[in-house]
Amino acid sequence: MFGWFGRKKQRPTFDGDIVPLTAMRPGQRGLIVEVKGGRRLGDRLEALGVRPGRKVTKVSSMLLGGPVTVEVDRSQIAIGHHMAARILVDVTVK
Amino acid sequence: MGNPNVGKSVVFSRLTGVHVMSSNYPGTTVGYTEGQMKVGDETAEVIDVPGTYTLDPTCEAEEVALNMLELGDVIVNVVDATNLERNLYLTLQLLERELPVVIALNLWDDTHHRGIQIDLDRLAEALGVPIVPTVAVSGEGIKELVEAIPHAVPGKHPARSRDERWAAVGRIIESSQVVGHRHHTFLERLGDATVQPLPGALFAIGVLAGSFALIRLVGESLISYVMDPVYNALWMPIVEAVSGALGGQGVLHALLIGRIADGVIDPVEAFGLLSSGVYVPLAMVLPYIVGFYLILGILEDVGYLPRLAVLLDSAMHRIGLHGYAIIPTLLGLGCNVPAVLATRILESQRERFIAATLVVVAVPCAALQAVIVGLVGDFGFKYVLMVYGTLLLVWLILGSILNRLMKGFSPELLIEIPRYRWPILAPVLTKLWARVLGFLREALPIFFAAILAINLMYLGGVFDALARFTAPVMTRLLGLPADSVVALAVGFLRKDVAMGLLAPLAMTAEQYVIASVVLAMFFPCVATLAVLVRELGAKDTARAALVMLIAALTVGGILNAIL
Repeated sequence: MFGWFGRKKQRPTFDGDIVPLTAMRPGQRGLIVEVKGGRRLGDRLEALGVRPGRKVTKVSSMLLGGPVTVEVDRSQIAIGHHMAARILVDVTVK
Repeated sequence: MGNPNVGKSVVFSRLTGVHVMSSNYPGTTVGYTEGQMKVGDETAEVIDVPGTYTLDPTCEAEEVALNMLELGDVIVNVVDATNLERNLYLTLQLLERELPVVIALNLWDDTHHRGIQIDLDRLAEALGVPIVPTVAVSGEGIKELVEAIPHAVPGKHPARSRDERWAAVGRIIESSQVVGHRHHTFLERLGDATVQPLPGALFAIGVLAGSFALIRLVGESLISYVMDPVYNALWMPIVEAVSGALGGQGVLHALLIGRIADGVIDPVEAFGLLSSGVYVPLAMVLPYIVGFYLILGILEDVGYLPRLAVLLDSAMHRIGLHGYAIIPTLLGLGCNVPAVLATRILESQRERFIAATLVVVAVPCAALQAVIVGLVGDFGFKYVLMVYGTLLLVWLILGSILNRLMKGFSPELLIEIPRYRWPILAPVLTKLWARVLGFLREALPIFFAAILAINLMYLGGVFDALARFTAPVMTRLLGLPADSVVALAVGFLRKDVAMGLLAPLAMTAEQYVIASVVLAMFFPCVATLAVLVRELGAKDTARAALVMLIAALTVGGILNAIL
C-alpha cells in the first residue's frame, strides 16, 4: 500500500508536445487530440463532452493514481487515472 | 428528461407538487416517480426520469431513463442553460426521434452571473421546439412551461451520426450563445481547492468531523431539551395512569406497558407499546434521524459529495469500488434501503454487489446508531468508538476480500463535478421533512408490530426455546447471554427495536460492544432485504446473506476473544 514512497515515478515534462492528461500541470490548458483505447471508453467520455477537438483545463490530480479533474465547456469532470492516461492533449494550443 | 444534475427532479416537483429527492450531484434520481399535473382542463401523468447524457445508456439508471422514453407523449427536456454544449447533444438525440419536445432552459439565473448570453429566439428556431427559461428552485418560468407543454411539437431533425450531431450542436451554439469573460467566484475557488490533494483532504476531514459533531449536537439537544422533557412531563403520567388502571399486571399490561422494574416504568427497558413503543422511535431515534438528514441534505445541496468521491477514489479501488460508491455508503448511514437503491449509479453488477453487501454488513443505519449511542454511550464514549472502529475495519477488510475473491475489475471513476451552490433553507427543510415523514410512515408501523410480536412470543415461550437452542453459539462464540439471541432474531424486523431489547440484559460494556457490532452486521432488516432481492436478484442476495452470516460470527468471535 505504501509502495509509492520508494518508487520514484518518472514524470516527464512534455513541453510543447502532445501529452496525456495525467502529465499536465494543474491549471494548464490544451486541446484534446485523441482518446486512445476502446470505443466504450470513448463513448462514455464523449457523452460528458470530453472528446477530441475540445479545449480542456486541468484542475487537479489526486495522489496515488487517483482521478484527474478537468474543466471542459464550463463543467468539471473527474476522470479515473487510467482513463485520463489515455486522453492525449496538445498543450501548445492555449 | 435531461442530463444528470440539471434540476429535473426540482422541475418535476414544481409541476406536480409531488416532492421527490433532489440534490446537487449527478445520480440523485435512480428510479422513476410519477405525479400528476393539470394541462388546461386535462390531468396529465408526469414521470420524473433519471438523468442521462445520451440515449446510448452506460449504467442502470440511464437504462431506466431510456425505457421511460417510450412511455412519454410529450418530453420535457430539462437543459442546463450554463452548459448548452453538452446538454444539447441529448436534446438533438431526442429531436431526431420525432418525439414532441418542450425545452426547459433551467438554471437560467446562473447564466447572468456566469457571463453567458443566450439568444432564445435563435435557439428555438434552430431546435424547432418551444423553449422556456426556468429557475426551478425558485419556481420562475414554471407557469410558462406548463402553458408551453400543449404546444410541444415533434423535432424535425434528420438522424445524424455522432460526429454530425456534435457538429450540429457546435453550429447552434455558435449562432445563439455568447460567453463573456468573468472572474472566478469564491465558490469556484473553493470548488477547485477541494479537489486538490492536500487542501482537499484537510477540508474533507474538517467536513466529516464537523458533520458528526453537528449531527450529535442536533440529536442530543433534541433529546435533552425537547423529547425527554415532553415525554416525562406529558406522556409518562398517561402511561402510569394506564398502568394503574390495568392493575400493574396481566397480559394486556405486558403488551401495553411492559415490565415494571423497582416500581419504575423505564421508557427503554419496559418494552410495552405505550412505553418503549413511543419513547424509542420518537425520543431516541427520531432526533438523530433529524440531525443526520439535516446535515446530509446540506452536504448534498452544496455539492460536496462528488468531491469526496474524487478524494477517496484511489482508496476505494482497493475494495473493488470507485469513489462514487461513497454516496450509497453515506446514504446507508441514514437508512440502508435508499443506499441499496443508490448503488444503481455504479456501472457493473460486480460493483453493485460489493457496494450493497458492504452497506448491509458494515454500515449501521441512523436508527440503529441512535440506540447504540444511547445504550453503549452510557458506559463511555470509548465504547461507541470501538463499535464504529470495528465496523469501519470490517468495511475495509471485507471489501478487499470481496475484491480479491470476485472475478472482474473495478471500473474507473467518471463523473461530473457539480458547482458548489449555497444551500437554500427552504428546499433543505422540505427534503428533511420528506425524509423524516418517510421514517415515521415506514418505520413506525413495523416498530409497533415488532414490539407486539416480541411480547406475544415472550408470553408464548417461543424465545426461551430459541435461546436454549442457540445458546452454544451465543455464549461460547460470542460471549453474550443466551437471551440476546432474541435481539438478533428481532433485528430482522427492526434493528433499533432489537438493540432496545438488549437494554434490560445487564451486560458489560464489552458485551454491549460485541452485541452492537454483531447486530449491525447480522441479517439486514426486512425492508432492506426486500430491496436487496429486488436490486441484486435472489441468488446474489443469498450470497450476500452468506457473507453476512460468516462475517458477523467471525468478527463477533474475534471481538469476544480480544475484549
